Order: sequence, then structure tokens, then C-alpha cells
Amino acid sequence: MTATTSDILLLFFGTCGLLLLLTLFGEFMRARYGPGGDNPVIETYMTRIHSWWAMVLLVSLALLIGKIGVLVLFGFASFAALREFLTLTYKRQADHMTLALAFYVVLPLQYLFIGLGWQGLYTVFIPVYAFLLLPIVSALRGDADRFLARVAETQWGLMIAVYCASHVPALMQLQFEGYPIDRGVLLIAFLVMVVQFGDLFDFFFGRRIGRTRIIPGLSPKTWEGMICGTACAMLVGAGLAWLTPFGVAGAMLMAGAASLSGHFGALVFAAIKRDKGVKDWSHLIPGQGGFLNQLDSVLFAAPVFYHLSHLFWAG
Amino acid sequence: MKRLFRPLRRLAANLVGHGIALFARFITAVRADWRGTDPAPRQRVYYANHVSNADMPMIWTVLPPNLRRQVRPVAAADYWLKTPLRAFIGPEVFNCVLVDRRPDKDAATGDPLENILAALGEGSSLILFPEGNRNMTEDPLLPFKAGLFNIAHAYPEVDLVPTWVANLTEVMPKGEVIPLPLMTTVIFGEPVHLRQGEDKDAFLSRAAAALVALKPEDHAP
Repeated sequence: MTATTSDILLLFFGTCGLLLLLTLFGEFMRARYGPGGDNPVIETYMTRIHSWWAMVLLVSLALLIGKIGVLVLFGFASFAALREFLTLTYKRQADHMTLALAFYVVLPLQYLFIGLGWQGLYTVFIPVYAFLLLPIVSALRGDADRFLARVAETQWGLMIAVYCASHVPALMQLQFEGYPIDRGVLLIAFLVMVVQFGDLFDFFFGRRIGRTRIIPGLSPKTWEGMICGTACAMLVGAGLAWLTPFGVAGAMLMAGAASLSGHFGALVFAAIKRDKGVKDWSHLIPGQGGFLNQLDSVLFAAPVFYHLSHLFWAG
Repeated sequence: MKRLFRPLRRLAANLVGHGIALFARFITAVRADWRGTDPAPRQRVYYANHVSNADMPMIWTVLPPNLRRQVRPVAAADYWLKTPLRAFIGPEVFNCVLVDRRPDKDAATGDPLENILAALGEGSSLILFPEGNRNMTEDPLLPFKAGLFNIAHAYPEVDLVPTWVANLTEVMPKGEVIPLPLMTTVIFGEPVHLRQGEDKDAFLSRAAAALVALKPEDHAP
């Protein structure tokens, strides 16, 4: 067994232990306060824990398989997220071919370029080539009704659901001095864990001590929750520094940057959901809503994390 | 020989049915919203809006298996008998009730309503598109044909369930060949019945209003 594999297994069993404690806690609360399964708070909590089990198993499996596993997992997550996003955007029949290209050509190509490690292409493919090509395809159909809104919404969907999401597997392509290339999957585990723990602690502290809403009337997020969440993400980052090439102080700073970016990303998504008049993006992850509900902060964190790693540590 | 193949064909039809349902779920994550009624195993006519050939498979997919076995979509004979593949999928996989849309033609299949009423007489539920044709206009619905009224008149106790298939125009507009993977929802409303002394036009407009009421809002910028 390689060092990377044993580290993944260590993380996996650690996370399973944590989830097991949370599950037992839920079962205890259920036995005590809602034996018939009739306490909505406990049932929501349990549904979420079950979804977490599924996510931990899937991500661990993908990390163990390695590059292909991670590419396939995030490729499908991108597909689901793009579908949720583009379902709610305004489109006309003139956009049909554009959207088909987005789903069936741009998305797979982006992940293919990442798999091949063509960094010069995957960092510009969507922001340059897709950005220019897709509006041409729509324009050729000759329908100018709210044209700018249509092409802008489509491009935004591709940027967030494909380009940003694909920066998670792209972490495997970064090379650091004294850091074996196959440990890239551990960097992914680091990013996903610090962001998700930052979100959880933001939620927890926001409920406990949150007073000052960041955007009243739009999102329940509070400054207190966000600051505590980011601080906790930094502590988790310090504890997981052994996964990264950053060192303890560097891992803390990177975790803080990723978590902070993720918190603000969740606010952006709250504004989009309000604009489109929905609470959840879909029903696909029980207890959490859609893929975009689950991924919103990771999507904002991934490119920032990728480029900061590249800028300060990649050699 | 033919008798020997029949169980095999049934098995194949079953498998293809599951395959179609799986494909529909994978592409569009289609789900049911039982807003006005329960998925109860009663005899029903699910009457739906019709914008694409994928409407019927979508409704069929979201029905629970016990309801799916009971339900027979009403579909056009000229479309479903055109090729051997369609003749397998329409009548055998979906167990369609085939009707002839061109009543002026020789009475080979007889009165279109006859087959429909016969299926109801056997206790089947139906999936019916009362507009008769795919709606290619900007209006939410075309005027209903008389069929729904005749059914309500002949079988007043059967639930007529308004069924709105949301978002399919965008998944596959007319003339496009590639379906887009967008999320779709099938919304089931409160059942409608013919009222005492209600005439055809009043009933059809009430049934149409019950269906349009299920339509979600557009997401225009």
C-alpha cells in the first residue's frame, strides 16, 4: 500500500468514526424525543446524516480509484449542477444547440483536458473559447429576444457548474517541490473538508451566537457565524496540514481563504435563488436540496484555492 | 412458434420499459408532484398537456409500478404503427390504446372513442392528451377535443386527473433531435368529475382551467 492510499484510508475511517458518533447521537435523540419518527428536527437531521454517509463513501471511493475516479465523480457533479442551474435560466428554442453543446461537448472536454493535464487549455477553455463560441451559435439562429440575458445566464452556469467545479480535480495536476504528484488527491480531500467543516461551524455558531445578519432579508448567515466558521476551518486546516505541501501555517491560511471564499459564494447563491424564486435547486440530495445547494461554497472556493496554491507553492 | 416467443417478447418489453424509465430519470431527473391527489390505485384518466413525444413516457415513468401496470396511454395509431420498432414500443412496452386520428379514413379501426371506452370497460386507467395534437403555440393549451367529455359522460365515477408536464418544451422543442438534460416535473392536480347537467363546453373549459392552474411560473429575466 502506498503512503497516499493509507492516508486516504486513515481520513476515511476518521470521517466514518465522526459520522458514526453523529448517527448514534441522532438515534439516541430519536429514541428519546421522537420514537415514532414524528419529530421533524430529528428526522431532518437524520436525513442529512444519511446523505453525508453517501457523500463520504462516494468521495472516498473516488479518491481511492485516483485520477479517473475523481474526474468521473466531479464530471457527474458538474452535470447535475449545470442541469439544476440551466433549468432555471431563461432560454428560447434558438438556444437549443448552444445548450446541447454546453452539456454534451464543453463539459466533457473540460474534464478531458484536466485528465490530460493540459493546463494552458483547461484554464482558458470555458472563459475564452466557450465564451466566444456559444453566443455565435445562438446568434446564428437569429432570435434577438433578451439575447444578452440568455447568453449571459448560460455562460454563468458553465463558469460556476463546470469551470469552477473542475478546479477541484485540477488540483491533481499541480506540482509541488518535495510533494509526490499522487498526493494530489489528498489536496482535494483537504479542500473539500475544510470548506464543508467551515460551513457546518458557520451554521452551528450562527444559530448559537449569531446576531448580525450579513445581508438581512436574503440569507440567515451572520457575521459571527461566518467568522467562527472560518476560524474553525483554519483549525481543521491546521489539523489536516499533513495532507498538504503548505506546512501548518500555510495550511491554516489556505483553509481560511477557501472557507471565506465559500461563505461569500453561498451568499451569491442565496441572491440567485431569490432572483429565481426558489428555495432549493432540486430534490436530488435528500435533506440538503440539490447538488448546487451542497456544492455552492466548494464551487467558489475551488478556483481561489487552486490559483493560490499555484501562485505561492507550486514549483 | 409464435406462442413460444410471446413470453420472450413480454420479457423484452418489460426490460425496455425499465430502460426507458431509467433513461428518462437520468436525463431529466423527472419526479412526480402529487399536489392534488395521492398515487392511489383507483381507476383514473390522467389528462395532460402535450408539447412533445416525450410527454407520455415522462408520465409513465413517474407513476409507481403498481399504477403503471394498470395504465394505458392513448396514442395515435398512425405514429405508433409506422415502423416495427415503434409497433413494439407503443403497443407492447407502453401497452398503448391505439386510436386513428383520421376519422375520414375507412373505418379500419372504427370510432376512435370505441377503443378508449373498451379499455376503460376493462378497468384500465388511461393517459390521455385531450388537445389531440402537440401544442406548438405560445398558448399553454390548445382547445380540448370532445373525447374527454365523452369519457366523463360514459364513466362519471372515474377520476379525471389533470396532469401538467412541466419544462418539456425546453427539453425537446419541435424540430430538435437532441434532448437537453433539464429537470422536469409531472404535477398531478385534484381530480375533476362531470357535474350534473354540465354541458360539453362548460366541462371542457373547467377541465382545461384545472390543468393550466398547475403550470409553474416562467423564469423570465
